[in-house]
Amino acid sequence: MDNHHYIDEDETLYRPIYNTGKGFYALACALAAIVLFGVFMYVRQLIFGLGETGMNEPVSWGFYIINFVFFIGISHAGTLISAILRLSKAEWRRPITRMAEVITGIVLLIGGIHPIIDLGRPDRILHIFERGRLQSPLLWDVTSITAYFTASTIYLYIPLIPDIALLRDRGGRFNKLYKILAWGYDGSEKQKHVLERAINVLMVMVIPIAVSVHTIISWIFSMTLQPGWHSTIFGPYFVVGAIFSGIAALVIVMIAFRKAYHLENYLKEIHFKYLGTLLMVMSLLWFYFTFAEYLTQFYGHEPPEMRVFLYKFTGGYSPWFWLMVVCNFVIPVVFLSNKKLKTIGGILTASIAVVIGMWLERLIIIVPSLANPRLPYPTGIYVPSLTEISLLAAGISAFILGFMGFSKLFPLISVWEIKEGRRESVREVTERLNEYLPTSKHVKVIEEA
Amino acid sequence: MPRYGMVIDLNKCNQCEACVTACKLENNVQIVSKENAAVGRVMQWMKMLTTGYDGDYPDARPVTMPVSCMQCDEPSCIKVCPVRATYKRDDGIVAQIYPQCIGCRYCMANCPYTAKVFNWFKDEQPVEYEKCYNTDVSVRPKGVVEKCTFCIHRLQKAKELAKAEHRKMKEEDYVSACAEVCPSKAIYFGDLDDPKSKVSKAMHDYRRFALQEELGTKPKLNYLSEKSE
Repeated sequence: MDNHHYIDEDETLYRPIYNTGKGFYALACALAAIVLFGVFMYVRQLIFGLGETGMNEPVSWGFYIINFVFFIGISHAGTLISAILRLSKAEWRRPITRMAEVITGIVLLIGGIHPIIDLGRPDRILHIFERGRLQSPLLWDVTSITAYFTASTIYLYIPLIPDIALLRDRGGRFNKLYKILAWGYDGSEKQKHVLERAINVLMVMVIPIAVSVHTIISWIFSMTLQPGWHSTIFGPYFVVGAIFSGIAALVIVMIAFRKAYHLENYLKEIHFKYLGTLLMVMSLLWFYFTFAEYLTQFYGHEPPEMRVFLYKFTGGYSPWFWLMVVCNFVIPVVFLSNKKLKTIGGILTASIAVVIGMWLERLIIIVPSLANPRLPYPTGIYVPSLTEISLLAAGISAFILGFMGFSKLFPLISVWEIKEGRRESVREVTERLNEYLPTSKHVKVIEEA
Repeated sequence: MPRYGMVIDLNKCNQCEACVTACKLENNVQIVSKENAAVGRVMQWMKMLTTGYDGDYPDARPVTMPVSCMQCDEPSCIKVCPVRATYKRDDGIVAQIYPQCIGCRYCMANCPYTAKVFNWFKDEQPVEYEKCYNTDVSVRPKGVVEKCTFCIHRLQKAKELAKAEHRKMKEEDYVSACAEVCPSKAIYFGDLDDPKSKVSKAMHDYRRFALQEELGTKPKLNYLSEKSE
C-alpha cells in the first residue's frame, strides 16, 4: 500500500469538518430551538419557583434527579469503555474510543447541570464551596463528578493532540485554534513517547474515578433511611447500569454518525457485533443485580419495604416497571443472542430499548421510594410538568447538538490511531500472539519471515 | 444546658387540630392555593397523621394524632445537609438556617417522618394575611426547606426577658405555641433533663412511645398512648 492510498482513505474522516450539508443546519436549528425552549422554561421556573415542576410532598425529587443519574450513567460509556478497551489492547477499539470519550465530556456537562436545575436556590450554589459539609453525600458527589470531568476531558484531549496537529498542517478553517490546541506537536519520536505515556497513565487513572462516580451517586440514595434505597448493592448496581446504558448510547451515536458521515469503512459490522456482545453481557449482569435486589426485599418482607415493592410490581408504577424489564432484559437478550437478529438494525433496536429502559430504571428507583414514605402519610403521586419534560428534551437535544458541534471541529474517529493501526497493529498483534502460543518451529518460521 | 422535648398525651388529645392552626399562625407558615394543596404541597409544620379508623362504614371516623418534626437526638436530616442549613443546637433543638439553605431537598428525602416542607412557590396567600404575621418569625423565601423549630423564637424571647429581670428562666417562660393553645392540655413541653418538669415525668410514664423508635433517631417528641377502658 502506498502513501497516496492512506490520504484518500482518511479523507472520509476529515470531510465532515470541511463540508456541511443543509440537513445539518436544519437539524441543528431544530435542536437549538428545543434547547432554547428548555432555557425559557427554566427561567420561568427560576422566577416562579420550583412549584412549576410536578414535585410535591413526599415526592420531593423528580425528573431532574432522574435525568441527573441517567445522564451521568451515560457518561460511563465513554471513558470507561475506551479505557478498558485500550488497557486490554483490543485492536477493534481504534475507531470507537474517540466517540466514546466525546460522549463522556458532553453528557457530564449536561448531567452536572441537573442538580443545579433541581435546586430551590441556585443563587446560593457557592455555599457548597464556601461552607460545604464533607459528611454529606452530595459533597462527595460534587467532588467525584468534578474529578471525573477533569480527568475525562484531559483523557479526551490528550489523544486528540496528534489529530489537531494533522488538522493544523492541512491549514484552512480555525487554523489559529488548532495551532494553539496542538501545543506544537510534530509527531517526533520523543513527543509520541510522552503522549503514549500520558495516555497510559490516564487510562489507568480514569477507571477508578469512573467507578467511584456512579457508586457515589448511588450512595446519595443508599445512605438514606428510605425503604427501597437503603441497600448495600446499590453501588455496583448503579455502576453496572451506568456502563450498560453507556454502551447502548455509544452504539446509537455510532450508528447515527456512521450513516450521516458515511463511515461504513471504519465502523464495520464487526465493531457493532463486539459491542452488541458486551451489551448483552451487561444486560444479563443488570438482570442479576435487579433480581438479587428485589428478591432480598421481597423475602425480608419488611412492611415499609413491601409497600414500595408492591407499588413497583403491582401498584401505580407497575406499567413502568415491567416496561423497564422488557426494555433492559427481554429485548436486548432476544436481539443479541440470536444470530439472525444480531444485525446492525437489531443491535440498534436493542440499544434504543436499553437507553429507554435505563431511564425508566432511574425513575423506578427514585419515585416509588419517595412516594411511599415510612409513616402512613398519604402516598404521593408524581406527574411531571411541562417544565420538566421540556428540560429533559432540552438535555437530550443539547447532547446531540454538542456532539454535532464537536464533529465540525475535530474528527470523530481518531485519525492517527487508525493510521498507527494500519501501520503497526498487524505486526504487533502477530508478535503478541507469538508470545501466547507455545513455541514451535512453525511459529519461528513466521517470525523470521 | 436544658434539653427541650415534648410529650403528647393521646388519651387527652381530642383531635381538635388547634395545635395545627396555632403553629401555622405562630410561625407564619405559608397558606398555599387550593390547586397546590390538591397536588400535595400543603405547608404544615404540625399536621394530623391518620393512624386508623374508628367504627364501621357509615359511621367510620378517622383516628388521628398530631405529628411534627420529632426533634431527633440523632437526626438523619442534618447528616445529609450539604451546607449545614439544618443543625442540632446544644439544647437539642434541630434548627434551620433559612438564608443558608440551597433547596436541594436532601433532608426531606432522608427524613423518615416526612416532617419537612418546601416553599414551592412564592406567597400565594391573601395579602390581608400578611397583616397578621408574627413579627418574631422570619418569612421564608421560596425555594428553601422549613420545619418545626419548637418555636425557637419564644426561647430567645424568654431568655432575654429572664436576663432583663436578672433571674433564671422558669419552666413556664418558654412554651411552644401548640402546647400553649392545646385546650385539653394534652401537650407537655419543657426540659427533659429537669426531673421535676412535667414533660420529663411524662417521659417515664408506662404509656410512653415514640414513632419509629426502631430507626434509632431518638425522637424528642414522644407520645402517651390512649388508656384502654
